[in-house]
Amino acid sequence: MENTTLILTVCLLGVAGFYLGRSRSLSVVGGFAAARNLHSLPGYYGYFTAIWCLLPALAVLTLWFVLEPRVVMALLVDSLPQAQQDLPPGQLNLLLNNVRNFAAGSAIGGETNQVLTDAAAVYLQLQARSRLLLTGLVLACAVLGGVIAWRRIHPEFRARNRVEGIVMLLLVAASSIAIFTTIGIVLSVLFEAVRFFGEVPISDFLFGTNWSPQTAIRADQVGSSGSFGAIPLFTGTLLITGIAMLVAVPVGLMTAIYLAEYSSRGVREIAKPLLELLAGIPTVVYGFFAALTIAPWVRRTGESLGFEVASESALAAGLVMGIMIIPLVSSLADDAIKAVPGSMRDGALGLGSTRSEAMTKVILPAALPGIVGGILLAVSRAIGETMIVVMAAGLAANLTANPFAAVTTVTVQIVTLLVGDQEFDSAKTLAAFALGLILFIVTLILNMAGLRVVRKYREQYE
Amino acid sequence: MSNATNENLVNLAAARAEPGQTTELGATIGDVRSKNPFVVAENVDVYYGDNHAIRNVTLEIGKQEVIALIGPSGCGKSTFLRCLNRMNDSIESARVSGTILLDGQDIYSRNLDPVALRARVGMVFQKPNPFPKSIYDNVAYGPRIHGLAADRAELDQIVRTSLERAGLWDEVKDRLDDAGTGLSGGQQQRLCIARTIAVGPEVILMDEPCSALDPIATARIEDLIDELSEDYAIVVVTHSMQQAARVSKRVAYFHLGTLVEVDETDRIFTNPRHKLTEDYITGRIG
Repeated sequence: MENTTLILTVCLLGVAGFYLGRSRSLSVVGGFAAARNLHSLPGYYGYFTAIWCLLPALAVLTLWFVLEPRVVMALLVDSLPQAQQDLPPGQLNLLLNNVRNFAAGSAIGGETNQVLTDAAAVYLQLQARSRLLLTGLVLACAVLGGVIAWRRIHPEFRARNRVEGIVMLLLVAASSIAIFTTIGIVLSVLFEAVRFFGEVPISDFLFGTNWSPQTAIRADQVGSSGSFGAIPLFTGTLLITGIAMLVAVPVGLMTAIYLAEYSSRGVREIAKPLLELLAGIPTVVYGFFAALTIAPWVRRTGESLGFEVASESALAAGLVMGIMIIPLVSSLADDAIKAVPGSMRDGALGLGSTRSEAMTKVILPAALPGIVGGILLAVSRAIGETMIVVMAAGLAANLTANPFAAVTTVTVQIVTLLVGDQEFDSAKTLAAFALGLILFIVTLILNMAGLRVVRKYREQYE
Repeated sequence: MSNATNENLVNLAAARAEPGQTTELGATIGDVRSKNPFVVAENVDVYYGDNHAIRNVTLEIGKQEVIALIGPSGCGKSTFLRCLNRMNDSIESARVSGTILLDGQDIYSRNLDPVALRARVGMVFQKPNPFPKSIYDNVAYGPRIHGLAADRAELDQIVRTSLERAGLWDEVKDRLDDAGTGLSGGQQQRLCIARTIAVGPEVILMDEPCSALDPIATARIEDLIDELSEDYAIVVVTHSMQQAARVSKRVAYFHLGTLVEVDETDRIFTNPRHKLTEDYITGRIG
C-alpha cells in the first residue's frame, strides 16, 4: 500500500474504533438510559479506543520511516559481489546512489553493467518486501491496539482520565518542540563556530580590526588572504542600533505618554491599531524604503550641508530601523505606564499636580523599570534586524563612527557569507556561524535582562 | 448594587414604615446649613453619561468641622466628595451642575484652576498610595511642585512639621531616605496624610481612609483626624458607623444619590428622623 493510503486506512480504523468503543461502552451498561452508570461519558470510551488504534500504528510507521532506508541499504550491500563490498566508503555510496537512481528509472552517469542491474533488481525486491511488511505490521498494530482497548471497556473503567492523560502528553510534546528546536539551533551554530575557532583564533576574531573574509580558493590566488577581525562589524552594528534607538526611544516614549495619558478615547482607538500596523510591515519593505527613499534623501541633504555622504549610509539604515522599532517601544512603554496604578495618578493630582507634573514626577519614574525593559527588548530587535541593513547600510566593513559612511553589521555579513554557492568547510563560511553565535548570545542576554526587568516590575504592583 | 435591588430595598423599607416616619426620597431632612460655612454646595447634580449619580444635593461644611458622609455602596458619597476638589474632571463622561463655593469662591467657575484648587482642598484616598519614592520625597512632593520652600532648610522644616502633625515623625525620622512603599499600611496612610498637609490645604477630603487598615492603625488615624480638625475642615467618607460616631461632629446620610438626612452626630445616631437613615445605621440595609 502507498504511504498515503496506509495513513488514511489507519485513520479510518481510528474512526471505526471510536464508534465501536462508544457503542460497546453503552452496551456493557445496557443502553443510553443507563449511561450514567459509566465512569466517563460514552464518547471518552470511543476516544480511548481510537487513540489505541492510532498511536501504536503511527509509532510503528514513524519508526519504519526512520529505520527502513538503513536496513534496506545494509541488506543491499550484503547482496553485492565481494569486490564491490570492499570499495572505499565514498565510491560505495556513489554506487548505491546509482543503484537507487537506476531502480527508480532515472538516467545515471556512467555505463550500466551487470552488477548495477542485479543490485537494482535486489533493491526493488527489498523495497517491495519492506512495503508489504510495513502495511501488514501497521494494520495489525491498529487492529490489535483497537481490540485490546475495546476489550478493556467496562463500566468502572476510567476512560476520561486516560484520554485526558494522553491529551496532556500531546500538549507537552507540542510545547517542547520550540524548546528542542532552540537547543538544536544553538548546538548546530555552536559546533560550526567551534570549527571556525579551530581555524581562526578566537582573539583574532573578537579583537581584530580588519574584516575581509575572502579566502583563497586556489593556492596561487592573489590578495585573498582572509582576515576575520569582527570589530568593524560590531561597531557598525552598534552605530546603526544607536541611531535607531535615538529615533525610536524618544518618539516611542512620547507616543506612549500621549496615548496613555492625554489622548481622548477616539484618538487612542485609531492610533493604537495604526501603530500596530506599522509593526506588521515586513522589514524588507522598510528595507527598500530605506534604500530608495531615505538613503538618497540623506545623501542630498548631507551634501547640501557640505558633508560627504556615501550613497549607502549608516544614518539611512538607522533612521528607518528606528521607525520600525517605534511601535515596539511605544507599546511596551504604554503597557508600563498603564501598569502604574491609577491611585498614583490620583494621589499626584490630588496634591495639586498638573497632568504633566503627575506624568513626569510620579508616573514615569514609577514606570521607568518597565520602560527600560522595553528598550532593552527593542535594542535586541535592532541588533538582530537584517533586511533593512542589507539593503541600506552597505557591505563595506569600515571601522568608523561617522554616520554618513557606509558600514556593515553582523547580520549583513552572515547573509553575504552564506548567500550563493558555498563550501561548508572553509573559514569564510564558518565565520557566519561564529557571528551567529555572538549575535545569539548578545540578543539572548538582552532579552533575558529585558524580560526580567519587565516581569519584576509587573509583580511590583500586583 | 443594581437599581432593581435598590428599589426593592426602598420598597421593603416602605413596607416596614412606622407612623410618623417618611420613607420617601425627597428634600433633605435636618439642617444642611453650618454656623461657620466654609464649603457650600448648592443644588449639586452629577451625571456619569446618562447615570444621574448625585441628585440635587445642598450641604454646608463649616470651618474646623469634621463631617462624615455615610450610606450604602453606590449611594454617591464618594462622588460628592470628589466634586469638592474637582477630581471628577478626569472622568470624561462626568458632568457637574449646581454651585460649590470654597470660602465664597465658585470652584467650578471658568477662571479657577483646578490644579490650584486641589492645593487648597487636599485628598486622602481609600488605599494608601505613597509614591514609589523615599519618605522624604513623598512629603516634599507637594511643596516642591508648588514652590513652597525657598531652600532646602525650609523644605526640611515643612517635611518635619508635616510628619509630626501626621504622628509619623518619631517612627521614620531615622529613615527618611527609605522607600515610602516599605512602610506598614497604617504608616503609609499617615504618610499620605502628611503629604497632604505639607501643601497647606484648608480642607481635607478623606475617602474611606481606614478601610484598608487594621483596628490599631485605624484608631491612630481617627485620633489624627480629631487633632487635625482644629485647623482644617475635614470631610470623611466612611462605611463604619462607629468611625462616623467617633470622629465626626455632623453626619450626612446619602441614599441613591440623594442626601437623605444631615444632623449632629449625636442626634442622628440616637434619633434618626428618616426611616432609611434608621435602617442603615441600625444595620438593616447597606
